[in-house]
Amino acid sequence: MATLKTEDLSLSYDGERVIRELSLEIPPGRITAIVGPNGCGKSTLLKGMARLLKPKGGSVYLDGEAIAKMPTKEVAKRLGILSQGPVAPEGLTVRELVAQGRYPHQSWFQQWSREDERISARALKITGMTAFADRPLDTLSGGQRQRAWIAMALAQDTEILLLDEPTTFLDMAHQLEVLHLLERLNAEEDRTILMVVHDLNHAARYAHHIVAIAAGRVFTSGSPAAVVTPDVLREVFNVEADIVPDPRTGAPLCIPHGLSSAAPQKVG
Amino acid sequence: MRRWIVVRPPGLPVSFRLGARVPAVLLALTLVTLAGMVLNVGYGEYPISPPDVVRTVLGIEAGDGNYGFIVNTLRLPRVLVAFAVGVALAVAGAILQGITRNPLAAPEIVGVNAGAGLAAVTLIVALPAVSVAYLPFAAFGGALVVATLVYLISWKGGGASPIRLILVGIGFAAMATALTTIMITFGEIYAVQQALVWLSGSVYARGWAELFALLPWLALFLPLAFAGARQLNALNLGDDVARSLGGRVELQRLSLIVVCVALAGAAVATAGAIGFVGLMAPHIARRLVGPSHEGLIPVAAMTGGMLVVLADLVGRAAFSPIEIPCGLITSAIGAPYFLYLLYRSRNL
Repeated sequence: MATLKTEDLSLSYDGERVIRELSLEIPPGRITAIVGPNGCGKSTLLKGMARLLKPKGGSVYLDGEAIAKMPTKEVAKRLGILSQGPVAPEGLTVRELVAQGRYPHQSWFQQWSREDERISARALKITGMTAFADRPLDTLSGGQRQRAWIAMALAQDTEILLLDEPTTFLDMAHQLEVLHLLERLNAEEDRTILMVVHDLNHAARYAHHIVAIAAGRVFTSGSPAAVVTPDVLREVFNVEADIVPDPRTGAPLCIPHGLSSAAPQKVG
Repeated sequence: MRRWIVVRPPGLPVSFRLGARVPAVLLALTLVTLAGMVLNVGYGEYPISPPDVVRTVLGIEAGDGNYGFIVNTLRLPRVLVAFAVGVALAVAGAILQGITRNPLAAPEIVGVNAGAGLAAVTLIVALPAVSVAYLPFAAFGGALVVATLVYLISWKGGGASPIRLILVGIGFAAMATALTTIMITFGEIYAVQQALVWLSGSVYARGWAELFALLPWLALFLPLAFAGARQLNALNLGDDVARSLGGRVELQRLSLIVVCVALAGAAVATAGAIGFVGLMAPHIARRLVGPSHEGLIPVAAMTGGMLVVLADLVGRAAFSPIEIPCGLITSAIGAPYFLYLLYRSRNL
C-alpha cells in the first residue's frame, strides 16, 4: 500500500515561513484529518505534500521516494489532490471534467482507452453523478459540483487522495454526503485519504487519525479520542470546551463554551 | 447533451475522442467558408458567376479568356491569404484564452499586434529608405520581441501567472501603441497613410508569394497547437489542478505561448493587425462545440478563416468602389461583441 510521509518539511507561502521542519507519517489505508486554527498552515502543508509547493527544506516521500525527484506524471498516478474551490471553465460538462482525471494515464497516441472509459464511468457511478454526466458544471448545486470534482480525482485512480476542506461552502446535508462518500471510498476501495477539515466534530466522526497543527508544527496526533481533548482545544484553538461521547458512535464530540484565557497563539 | 465520438482502431494502442458535434459543425463551417470564398473571388469590377469561378479554379475552360488571370492570379490567392490569416489568428486566440483561463484574452494581450504594429510603422515612417519587402520580417520581429518581454517581465517566483501575463501584456500594448501614435503624428504624410492602412489590417493585393510565405508557419505550428489540446484542457482547470494531474505547467505554458506568438506573428506580418478575430472565433467555437480543445481548436480555426474571408467580401462590397480593409470590418463587429462578452461575464 502506498505510503506518504514528510521529513523536516519546511514550506513558505508568499515569502513567509508557514510550515517548520515538520515530520509526519500518514497511516496507509486510513482516513487522516488535519485540523488547526486559521492560518496554522494546514492547507499549505497539504499542498506541499502534493508537490504543488516547493519545499524550503526537508522532503516529502511517496513510497519511500523523494517526491520532488520523481517525474510529476508518476506522482499523479499514485497521489491525487483536490484543492479548495477549483473553478471549471464555463460550459464544461461533468463527463468532460471527470475525463480530465485520466490525464496522467494518457499519451498523445492513447487519449481515450477502454480503461479510461471504464474508470471514468466508475468514478461517475461511485459519486452518484452518472445522471448528471452531460450537465455543464455551472448548472449544478454546490454539493453536486463538489462531487463532480471528487469524481475527477477518483478517475485519476490514485491510492492516496488529498482533499483541502472538501465540505466548505456546502450546507449540512451536502457536507454529510461528501463525508459519507469519502468514508465509503476508504472502506470499500482501501484508499488512503488525507483531508484538511475545518469542523473538529467531522474530523472526530469520520477520521481514524487526527493531526493537530499549530503555528506550522504538529502539536499532537493520534486517534480522535487522543487528540480531541479539552487540553488540545485550549492549546491549539484557544477555546474552552466540553468533550462528550457521541451517543451514536462514541466518537468524541466537542462542545465549545468559551474562549480560553490563555494569550492568543502567535502564528507564523 | 454533448457526447463523444471515440476512435480506437482495433489492434493498435491508439485512441482518440472528439465531441460528437464537431464533425457536423466543422462541415457546416467549411461549406459556408467555401461559399464565401467563391462569392469573394467572383465579386469585383469584373464580376464572375459562382459556377464560372469554380470551373476556373478547377482549371476547366470557362466563358472568358480573362477569367484565368483574374481568378487564379489576382483574386484567389488573396482570398486564401484571408483564410489562412484568419485560421492563424483564431488558433492563437484559442490557445491564449486557454492558458490565461480568460475568455476575453486575445493575441493582442501578449503584445503581438502592438509589437508588430510598432515595428512595421517604424519601418514605414522612420526608415523610408528600407524596402517594404522587409515589412513582414519587421512585423514578426516586433511581435516576437514584445511577446518575449511580456513573458519575461510576468515571470515571478518560478512561473508566469496568467493574471500577470494579462496585466503586463496590456501595459506593453499601451506603450507600443503610444510609440506608434507618436510615429504617426510626426511622420511624413504619405508614409503615415501607408502605415495606417497596414495597421488596420488588410489582405489588399496579397498574392501567391505572401501565401507561400505564410503557409510554412501554419504547417509547423498548427499541428503543434492540435497536439497541445490535452495540455490546454488541463491548464484550463487552473494551475493547481493541472499540476496535480501531472502537467509540467510552466513548460507547457511557455511552449503554447511560443505556438501562439508564432501563429499570430505570422498572421500579423502577412496582413497587418486584423483585430478581434482571435477573440471572436474561439468564442463562437466554444458556443458550438464546448470548451474541450480537441474539438475547439479545429472549429475555432475554421471559424476564424470564415470570418476573415467574409469580412474581406463585405469590405469590398459594402461601399464599392471604395474598399474597406477587412480589419476594420472585423473590428466593427468585434468591438460590440467584446462589449457584449464583458456585459455577460459581469453576470456570471
